[in-house]
Amino acid sequence: MLEKKHHEWREKIRAFAERQVAPLATEIDRNQRFPHEHMKPITELGLFAMLIPEEYGGRPVDTLSYSIAIEELCRVCGSTGITVAAHNSLGCFPIAKFGTPEQKKKYLPRAANGELVAFGLTEPEAGSDAGGTKTIALPKGDHWVVNGSKCWITSASMAFAVNATARTSDDPSDKRITTFILEKEWPGYAPGKKENKLGLRGSDTAFLHFDDLKVPKENQLGELGQGFKQMLITLDGGRISIGAMAVGLAQGAFDCALKYAATRVQFGKPIVENQAIQHKLADMAMEIEGARLMIYDTARRKDSGERFTQQSAMCKLYASEVGRRVTHTAMDILGGMGYYDGVFPVERMWRDVKLCEIGEGTSEIQRMVIARELLKTLPK
Amino acid sequence: MDFTLPAESAELKEMARDFCVKRIYPRAMEMDEHETTPRELIDECIELGYFGFTIPEEYGGLGLGFISWAGVLEEFCAASAGFGLILSVHNSLCSEMIKVFGSDTLKQKYLPEMATGKRIGAYCVTEPQAGTDIASIASTAIDKGDHYLLNGTKTFVTNAGIAGLFIIFAKTDPSAGRKGMSCFVVDRESSGITLGAPEKKVGIRASDTREVSFADVKVPKENLCGKAGDGFKQAVIILNSGRIGVAFQAIGIARSAFEEALKYSKVRKQFDATLSSFQAIQFKLAEMALRIDAGRLLAYRAVTLKDAGKPCHREASMAKLFCSQAANYVCNEAVQIHGGYGYIKEYPVERYFRDARVTEIYEGTSEAQRMVISQDLLRE
Repeated sequence: MLEKKHHEWREKIRAFAERQVAPLATEIDRNQRFPHEHMKPITELGLFAMLIPEEYGGRPVDTLSYSIAIEELCRVCGSTGITVAAHNSLGCFPIAKFGTPEQKKKYLPRAANGELVAFGLTEPEAGSDAGGTKTIALPKGDHWVVNGSKCWITSASMAFAVNATARTSDDPSDKRITTFILEKEWPGYAPGKKENKLGLRGSDTAFLHFDDLKVPKENQLGELGQGFKQMLITLDGGRISIGAMAVGLAQGAFDCALKYAATRVQFGKPIVENQAIQHKLADMAMEIEGARLMIYDTARRKDSGERFTQQSAMCKLYASEVGRRVTHTAMDILGGMGYYDGVFPVERMWRDVKLCEIGEGTSEIQRMVIARELLKTLPK
Repeated sequence: MDFTLPAESAELKEMARDFCVKRIYPRAMEMDEHETTPRELIDECIELGYFGFTIPEEYGGLGLGFISWAGVLEEFCAASAGFGLILSVHNSLCSEMIKVFGSDTLKQKYLPEMATGKRIGAYCVTEPQAGTDIASIASTAIDKGDHYLLNGTKTFVTNAGIAGLFIIFAKTDPSAGRKGMSCFVVDRESSGITLGAPEKKVGIRASDTREVSFADVKVPKENLCGKAGDGFKQAVIILNSGRIGVAFQAIGIARSAFEEALKYSKVRKQFDATLSSFQAIQFKLAEMALRIDAGRLLAYRAVTLKDAGKPCHREASMAKLFCSQAANYVCNEAVQIHGGYGYIKEYPVERYFRDARVTEIYEGTSEAQRMVISQDLLRE
């Protein structure tokens, strides 16, 4: 499945991640600090432009390479990984896919140049159920007026623009939603307080509030009422990157546990000589490999134009659960050393990876998606 | 067979719950976030007798059995596992060691001060190179005629920063392996004791954990606890109490996480229905409740054997292993049921998720429990 270019790409990203990203990972986690110093080098490497066409300043790569990049960043730092993943999959992709040439020209070159774009879907009352969206856009003369709040938005205070969904009717029975590109500079756009999270503490997660936000008509993304459909298409792709995140975090924890097991001596021998530890390591390696192959296969399907909704839900679900199990077992192997923060990256990865079972659709939602696809195959 | 607590134990548990709900739980989030324990809460617990709970009345304690202690500990840990740990180490390990193995002189000297909380206990076994393999400790206590000269470094010492005394294991005969290990009670005031900085931990952050170094500390002869050379044997026996303590700590954490998840599932609406109306959530709740109950029964079996003075080595390990795994399972599902809200610190399940993790690690990792259980099985 992997070609030479993919191997070379991985080596390049890994070298960058280890040199630039890894040294800050513990500190940004502990201080809940956004890693500003990574922004320029990541931009130069083209990692903010992976899903943007060349004509808009992008440095497009295939979905497999994109997954590898997220995986390698997360192997050392989940916070950096999710910042890059959310920008590409949820910020750039919807504009590239559904935007007008004018919208693309206006936003994508800036996005490619490292200015972050966020994705505003979730609301306090609308988590798994996007139909519960309360944010509302009402037409007024030549523009829209948007009011509402979005929560848990990755890069909320950093992003210069957000793709946000809103209802466009005050009739409560009309649940259709529409996407708008909103800009931070506009009056009425306010990032809220930063969330204090279990993991991914270096990533910028916050509320976004829109208060009588005046939005030009041309900032409607795609057709009216198509927001839900756009969101499903966007998440199909986004889930591949969440799966890649989980695999990267699992790999990082595994690498650490393997090394530790080989050097930690108890009862006069390295603990890796215990069968119980060997079999744990075997299971971890096997599960990581299984998850990785599912992700790569889904990436290939996406690029070949096949339908991949079910595969994308499956790879995200499987990889995130593997991520939890592997980081958990890695902590077990580290014993007490695994419970102290800052000594080994494993406890951080264990906290980080839990988000993969929640973000971009909880595991329960993935199971609903998979089951729905399965039921479609039954004879009517 | 009666599966209810004795009336007195049930009443004591209820009193503890009342106190913890009013005093401990409201401060739990703050203690976690700031990694501190408010002194006034410790003082209130001293006032109520919780530091002398299992210490005989003749030494100023309440003289209550472990069956009652277990219920109390569950309540404390349901409110704050970090705070509960302070009491658990003091009672389940430290005063227990002196009570069971100390000479009359030693009991007279320390138990009254422990019962009144004047001296809080810290328990020092683990060293950087000696985790699961306790017998490989490098600390030494050399007989100098009228005293022992203690040298060594202990890691992950709970209560280190607030301790008035240390129960410490050291080699009195470094050439004799586990048979050269002995146990000592060391006053905090002894010269030559250096405390490290507080460790940063994933969870149980209300408790103070540090490295403690002993350099040429003079320990009076009478402070040998038990017989010289019996340290390993004593440690193994007292570990049973410690493991029972961890089992109830795990149950306390799990119970709180479960209660939060149950409550949340009944009020959170998505797709126009409460989460609790979805079968996938109902079954999660069933499984969580099942594991908590099964764990508690295993733990009560162990504690009943202990109070009856019967061997409980295998049973304590089984209870600890099962309850700690149950707690991690339950807390993970509780976070999952909360979705995004489970990942942020406004909701307590995020803390329970971190706190539960250590129960699989300390007082013997899960691997150590399996070693104990299987060795016991194979011996027969």
